[in-house]
Amino acid sequence: MSKEVVSSPLAQRKERTAKVTDVPHSSWAKARERLAWILVAPSLLVVFIVALYPLAQSFHLSFTNQSLASNDAWRYVGFAQFEYLFDNEAFRRAIRNTVVFTVSSVVIETILGMAIALIINSNFQGRGMVRTAILIPWAIPTVVSSRLWEYMYQDNYGVINDLLVNRLPQLVDWIPGIGSSLASIFPAENIAFIARPSTALPAIVAVDVWKTTPFMALLLLAGLQIIPGDIYEASTVDGANKWQQFWQMTLPMLRPALLVALIFRTLDAFRVFDVVFVMKGVSVDTITLAIYARNALVDGDRLGRTSAVSVFIFACIGLLVFVYTRLVRVEEV
Amino acid sequence: MNEKDTNRVTAKLIRDFTRGHLTRREMLQKAVTAGISAAAVTSLASVSARRSYAQDATPAPDPSAGNTIVVPQGLRTDLSGQSIRAVLADSTSADGPFLEAALAKFGEATGITVEFIRGETSATDRLQAYRQEWAAESADTDVFQIDVIWPGVVAEHAIDLSESLAELATQQLEALIANNTIDGALVGMPWFTDAGLFYYRTDLLEKYALPVPATWAELATSAQTIQDGERAASPNFAGFLWQGNVYEGLTCNGLEWQVSNGGGNIVEPDGTVSVNNEQAIASFDRARTWVNTISPEGVTTYQEPDCQTIWVAGNAAFCRQWPGMYSASQDSDAIAGKVAVAPLPMGGGDGARNAATLGGWQMMVSRYSEKQDAALEFVKYMCSPEVQRSFMLERSHAATVPALYEDAEVQEASPFFASLGPVFQGGAVARPSSVTGALYPEVSSIYFTELNQVLTGSKSGADAAAAMESQITELIEGDDL
Repeated sequence: MSKEVVSSPLAQRKERTAKVTDVPHSSWAKARERLAWILVAPSLLVVFIVALYPLAQSFHLSFTNQSLASNDAWRYVGFAQFEYLFDNEAFRRAIRNTVVFTVSSVVIETILGMAIALIINSNFQGRGMVRTAILIPWAIPTVVSSRLWEYMYQDNYGVINDLLVNRLPQLVDWIPGIGSSLASIFPAENIAFIARPSTALPAIVAVDVWKTTPFMALLLLAGLQIIPGDIYEASTVDGANKWQQFWQMTLPMLRPALLVALIFRTLDAFRVFDVVFVMKGVSVDTITLAIYARNALVDGDRLGRTSAVSVFIFACIGLLVFVYTRLVRVEEV
Repeated sequence: MNEKDTNRVTAKLIRDFTRGHLTRREMLQKAVTAGISAAAVTSLASVSARRSYAQDATPAPDPSAGNTIVVPQGLRTDLSGQSIRAVLADSTSADGPFLEAALAKFGEATGITVEFIRGETSATDRLQAYRQEWAAESADTDVFQIDVIWPGVVAEHAIDLSESLAELATQQLEALIANNTIDGALVGMPWFTDAGLFYYRTDLLEKYALPVPATWAELATSAQTIQDGERAASPNFAGFLWQGNVYEGLTCNGLEWQVSNGGGNIVEPDGTVSVNNEQAIASFDRARTWVNTISPEGVTTYQEPDCQTIWVAGNAAFCRQWPGMYSASQDSDAIAGKVAVAPLPMGGGDGARNAATLGGWQMMVSRYSEKQDAALEFVKYMCSPEVQRSFMLERSHAATVPALYEDAEVQEASPFFASLGPVFQGGAVARPSSVTGALYPEVSSIYFTELNQVLTGSKSGADAAAAMESQITELIEGDDL
């Protein structure tokens, strides 16, 4: 029955469109069409100049050995740039790090963002203030906040080490009984979070989570606010508990907003450059695809190779978008 | 006190104050004790506000800037009336007043007008800007200030100075002239230099009755002794600081380690790759043992500012740094007067020596300049021993003419310069930028990426050296991708 309700206006619209196109090519229709093209032309031109042309140029360059600064002769090298990349240890590390960074940061941000969105969607005093305040990490330029976190992680004078090694153990030591055993959980010596290969990437993921969770929360909050309140009242009357309400009502109705947020965040995370570059530079422990591309261009002056990396990033993102949009369509059917 | 007296006292107070004989607080106190009216005090306060504002906003033009400059003999005067443009400093450099004075003296002596341009602060950005100008074969700028690792990159855009400035070249540090010579052409004239120095705390060596370490082994034991002793009072005290981050600075440190151990120059002047040998590997593995023992665990992420922050707070016994940290040390309450420098320690085995990686700046004349003769005279003047000597006395820029370190006045002006002489003469070593040319940034990138993995314990010294060798060889022998 619901299907009918949905499809009938759609069918009506289709009929209307058909009628318009059925009209024999009157001069009025032609003029209208011409006007439409004229109006769209500037946008198409802009899209062509800023998106399609550079994209085509990147594809073209990735099959050459051009350099940026010198005007030396260049030639087509076929797939040699791609072969070089997949043979290269640093590039494989870059793929691995980028995937680890993307998956872990997006999963954590989604869970935390959801929790925060649910909390600030409920009614409490000072809700407006809190909503504004959580956006602060998102508003600070990434280079600035990355530098701040780098100082906080620092092993010699960083505040995190000071808390972990000196302050917190003293604090919990006061708790009678379990105090001293609780204090022994904390590390005895300063940890160089950024320097250690095993902690560097998690430390950077943590910074990204701190920065981007508010964005996630905001997108999800927007989704939550269009869910009508009366269905919750109805389900409460029917005896549904909060847990059932979340899984059976909130989450399904939030799905469109969730998918938009996921697409945004995944694509952003996949192209990550600033937070990693500021905190760890070009180290192989944390090198990402975007940093690899930067090295090929700035150190190596190799336009062809850089373009090949860009084409690879483009292909991966294209694949991700395809997968996500398929997911959306499956849900709609 | 009548009005006339008040005015007289007020005028004197203002005069003393503006000449710096009185502080603002003293001035206002004296004004009050002299019974000057509230209105007068207010006007005094506004004077003082103006003065401190002036101090903050613009450094007072120092009338004495450049007054030690002696104009060298034998400059051409037949080019009078020409004017050239030269990039001489970065946008934040405080050398401006000195340079302006030097240019004025040059103008008086030769009649050539020089317009002084400031370049980008970041060296990478600066090179990009230069490259754009050269790609357009622009004649706008005649003289460029170039970094010590750029000669190979800039060679095709520079004129050969080896004949026109032959005499000046013989007075310069040999390692720097070699560094600036590309395919037989002298593309840059050394102007001032930097070199890796070993900073130590005189008070701590005295306290623990230790000599200045002469070898890396000695350094390790001394650093451990001092660190163990000092940690009782300051838990984050570090024995030895250096630059281990994944960047150009690690190439400078690593080059010092391997050269001082007789382990080769990364790429030798004839183009052979020399990193994969026992002595170089031993020097990498030795540096690995410092991490988390005598050096903080985070040293593998440190650059110069990180080291300096810890050093000036008095939290380290030894530090490898450039000459610039000396003045910062003297400005620090914690360590002023307790700091001295020496050549970096040396390793063991065949060919062990002191090694200090060279930094610093050269001057180059553009091939596209239309006033090359005037530009040459200017380079000859700026890089002359006379002007370098003043630059060292007034602005603390280390000269590239070794004889200047023997100069009595220079030694008297700062014991620091007296101790620099041996560093430059005994151990100056240039990065392999001349032989690798435009490939140098990638060679360096391979080197510091692999070396950092040794330091963090991800790779053994031997594995990293083998990887460096194969990657650098592959790069030089040329894939043209």
